[in-house]
Amino acid sequence: MSEHAGTAPGSMPSRASLFIPLVVFLIILALLWRGFSLGDPHALPSALLNQPLPEFALPVLHEPGRVVGSEAMHGEPFLLNIWATWCPTCRAEHAELARIAEEYGVPIFGINYKDNPAEARRWLARYGDPYVFSVVDADGSLGIDLGVYGAPETFLVDAEGVIRYKRIGAVDRRVWDTKLGPLLAELRDAS
Amino acid sequence: MRPDGVLLRSLILGLLLIAGHGQASSIDVYEFDTREQEARFHALNAELRCPKCLNTNLWGSDAPIARDLRRTVATMLREGHSDREIRNYLVSRYGDFILYNPRFTAKTAVLWIGPFVLLFLGLAIIGVMIRNQRRAARAGDQLMTPADAERVARLRAELRQDTSGAASRS
Amino acid sequence: MIPELGHFALALSLGFAILLATVPIAGTFTGRLVWMRSGGSLAAGMFAFLLLSYICLTWSFLADDFSVAYVAQNSNSLLPVHYKFSAVWGAHEGSFLLWTLIMAGWTVAVAVRSKGLPLDMLARVLGVMGLVSIGFILFMLLTSNPFDRLLPMSPSDGSDLNPQLQDFGLIVHPPMLYVGYVGFSVAFAFAIAALMSGRLDAAWARWSRPWTNVAWAFLTVGIALGSWWAYYELGWGGWWFWDAVENASFMPWLVGTALIHSLAVTEKRGVFRSWTVLLAIATFSLVLLGAFIVRSGVLTSVHAFAVDPERGAYIMAFLLVVVGGSLALYAFRAPVMRADAQYDGLSREVLLLVNNVLLVVATAAVLLGTLYPLLYEAMTGGDKISVGPPYFNAVFVPLMLLLLVAMAAGPLARWKRTSGRELMRNLGRVAVASIVLGVLLPLLFTGALDLWAVVAVALAAWITLSLVQDTLSRVAHKGDWRSRLAAIPKLGAGYAGMWIAHIGIAVSVVGIAIVVVYSDERDVRMTPGDTVEVGGWTFRFDGIRPAEGPNWTADEGVITVLKNGRERTTLLPQKRHYPVRGMVMTQAAINPRFTRDLYVALGEPLGGQAWAVRVHYKPFVRWIWMGALLMAFGGVIAAVDRRYRRLAERAVERRRVASAADAPLAEGTS
Repeated sequence: MSEHAGTAPGSMPSRASLFIPLVVFLIILALLWRGFSLGDPHALPSALLNQPLPEFALPVLHEPGRVVGSEAMHGEPFLLNIWATWCPTCRAEHAELARIAEEYGVPIFGINYKDNPAEARRWLARYGDPYVFSVVDADGSLGIDLGVYGAPETFLVDAEGVIRYKRIGAVDRRVWDTKLGPLLAELRDAS
Repeated sequence: MRPDGVLLRSLILGLLLIAGHGQASSIDVYEFDTREQEARFHALNAELRCPKCLNTNLWGSDAPIARDLRRTVATMLREGHSDREIRNYLVSRYGDFILYNPRFTAKTAVLWIGPFVLLFLGLAIIGVMIRNQRRAARAGDQLMTPADAERVARLRAELRQDTSGAASRS
Repeated sequence: MIPELGHFALALSLGFAILLATVPIAGTFTGRLVWMRSGGSLAAGMFAFLLLSYICLTWSFLADDFSVAYVAQNSNSLLPVHYKFSAVWGAHEGSFLLWTLIMAGWTVAVAVRSKGLPLDMLARVLGVMGLVSIGFILFMLLTSNPFDRLLPMSPSDGSDLNPQLQDFGLIVHPPMLYVGYVGFSVAFAFAIAALMSGRLDAAWARWSRPWTNVAWAFLTVGIALGSWWAYYELGWGGWWFWDAVENASFMPWLVGTALIHSLAVTEKRGVFRSWTVLLAIATFSLVLLGAFIVRSGVLTSVHAFAVDPERGAYIMAFLLVVVGGSLALYAFRAPVMRADAQYDGLSREVLLLVNNVLLVVATAAVLLGTLYPLLYEAMTGGDKISVGPPYFNAVFVPLMLLLLVAMAAGPLARWKRTSGRELMRNLGRVAVASIVLGVLLPLLFTGALDLWAVVAVALAAWITLSLVQDTLSRVAHKGDWRSRLAAIPKLGAGYAGMWIAHIGIAVSVVGIAIVVVYSDERDVRMTPGDTVEVGGWTFRFDGIRPAEGPNWTADEGVITVLKNGRERTTLLPQKRHYPVRGMVMTQAAINPRFTRDLYVALGEPLGGQAWAVRVHYKPFVRWIWMGALLMAFGGVIAAVDRRYRRLAERAVERRRVASAADAPLAEGTS
């Protein structure tokens, strides 16, 4: 470490060099303080930000015979929500998604992630279906292409199919009001 | 949230309060065509970070995403992709965060070069000190030989006795 | 009532700590002997009340008092009683109480074992330790009180001790580690006391040395225990992960190692005094920094749990006061030294300086790697990277290789100056023999050559043989071999300690290299009757049977190990289920031997009768920890060298003499 310079007999005979350790320490402390206040550790940035949605061809949950790709979602800015029946947080955010779909008229597409399709259909019948449609990602491979960590996650995608924002974890009122909502309004204005 | 090695190692240091986490380092079985592929599989699992875990590699984690990624790595290996292709594939989806071996870029230059710069500095300072010592030796007299050193030590000891004697007398 | 008593005792110990931090030091300014002498009793008072507090917490565990939040979170009525004792340090609050108690223990030890220490010096040392203790106790009272109650809604039973901690390794590991950590506070306190008094002489180094050695030895054992535990408990055979928590313990160890060597130079030759003081401050500062990193969660915060801002902010303020204050004191008070022809380019002083530079650079590299993700995030405005084992190995290993090469020359070199020719003559033969051994031994052991194995064995031989060479040359002046042998014990405990600790390094180096190079492992699907071949051993899966413990049930695999068709042993790995926490734990089965471990862990059932099984062959893995034990043993041996006691007895007189005689001489030579 550079502290060494301060104490090397004869190399730097001035007292100023003895302050080097103090300065190094204060820099480290400032760094820790910064790291400490960086805020939400859940905000992992997505590597896919401003990238087009990955290609896929997956069956639709309610029409197992129909296989769709990402172009089926294009046209206007939309939300892409990863959900599963085994995920309690998905259940918790479900009402908020329904509210968003109804109040803002934004299309929401679902990715039913590593789930049992029959159960998933029952689940939607019971709690309501805010999705235009959901695709079945049975083995999670689309999840990996999307850089998904788990469910729920929600992407905001623009009309051309480019990912503009990613939310890891539940979408709640606060997230909608502070992040997703304003961004969506921006995208709509632009197009 | 699944448990993982680090959490537990934090616990062993007894320093963190974490309630309700479990640990089961998972073992799953993949068949490979060759032992060489299996070795590469182990190596990749060890240097790729489970993206959702606290701080553990794919190997040490039981998180669902870690399982999926292990499966992805195994599949790509069997399909004949190179290690580099597999890494790039994952980085393009999960970011640099997934690599335990940070790539050398402008922003990681300090990380990679820093220690060696410090080493060079440290050794250079030792060099300067030695030069100064030698210079001081030339300026004074010859650098003391062991025999000189003994003589000086003896003289110092005598002087010390004298002064301490003087001190105790006074 | 008992928890309240514990809380009250904790508050009282704070009172003693405050008095300890103020009264003796005030005495040194006013010259009041009674005030200076009060340090010992105040330290004892602080220790007594912390002990009482600790006993109260232990009692709460033994009595299953689940109205105490900490007990409710970390114990259960079914928990075996010996784990109730160790559950006290099973989580943050209690472990910090233990930490603080140990700190007070060290303070009392210094007060008791310091008969020869000048009164004002002792007053300052105890005062500094009291000051640090204030910070620790206040931390508990303000942010981490282990006696907080869950009233009136106390649970009827506790949520159990984390099953990972229900294990022998975990009972002994934290106390060892803490004794090491806070033990460095003694060297720190001596350094600060010396800076305050302006008496930064060889006597100061002599006082610090035994304390530093003992603290270092405990830290070594603590780290080794942690590594051993991770190896057998985490179920995948790793023994070091370069995780932030491990690094937090490794950094003080590295700088502490540098400190031990630097103290030797300062004591013997009186040089590098400022540097040595700085190392003493740095070692304890890294202890505190590590505590911050681990206990605030600043570096391990991704996803799993929120950082605790209150604790983090507190420790940060504490760091600023203690470390910042010390370094400021250092900047103003440390002596600026001049070159005065005290040593030559090739001398033991310079070799020890090289040792210090390598160790400090290694520490800096570990620190840089540990903190770099934070730096990166700050630089890029939110992007994250990971810095893990591949980085640390790439940077750390070359530095250590250089250190190992230099290590052999250190003991052989003389103080002040060494003839290069003589050093070459002594080391030349050793070098040749080491290379021969480095090639031959792995070849005989495995029949194959691997570069790293050769390098490691050659370096281990290089260290060992140079020590032998050194001992031989030290007794060479005694006529026949009989009197030479007789002269070896007279080389002293300090010398013996150095010998043992260096051999320990060699042993660990061999262990690390062999286990990295020659390990073999397979993850396989096995149905009863299946066999798998790993490292020349055959493992046969004979099926699964149920097993049961006091607070768990398990599936137990039966695996028979065969060599050349003969049954050699049976391994019983378990998959345990702890119902209270709902946790499943892998309990690996290990067949340990001097030169190899056989290691089996049970995975998931794969349908039918098939199970996933992980099988490891780990040659020489024990050597890693045996080497660490040798190092620690060497550290203790060196600390009990009789000359410290003799010197202590003569200390007072010496000091008077030194201040009278040394000063003008030192002036004269510059």
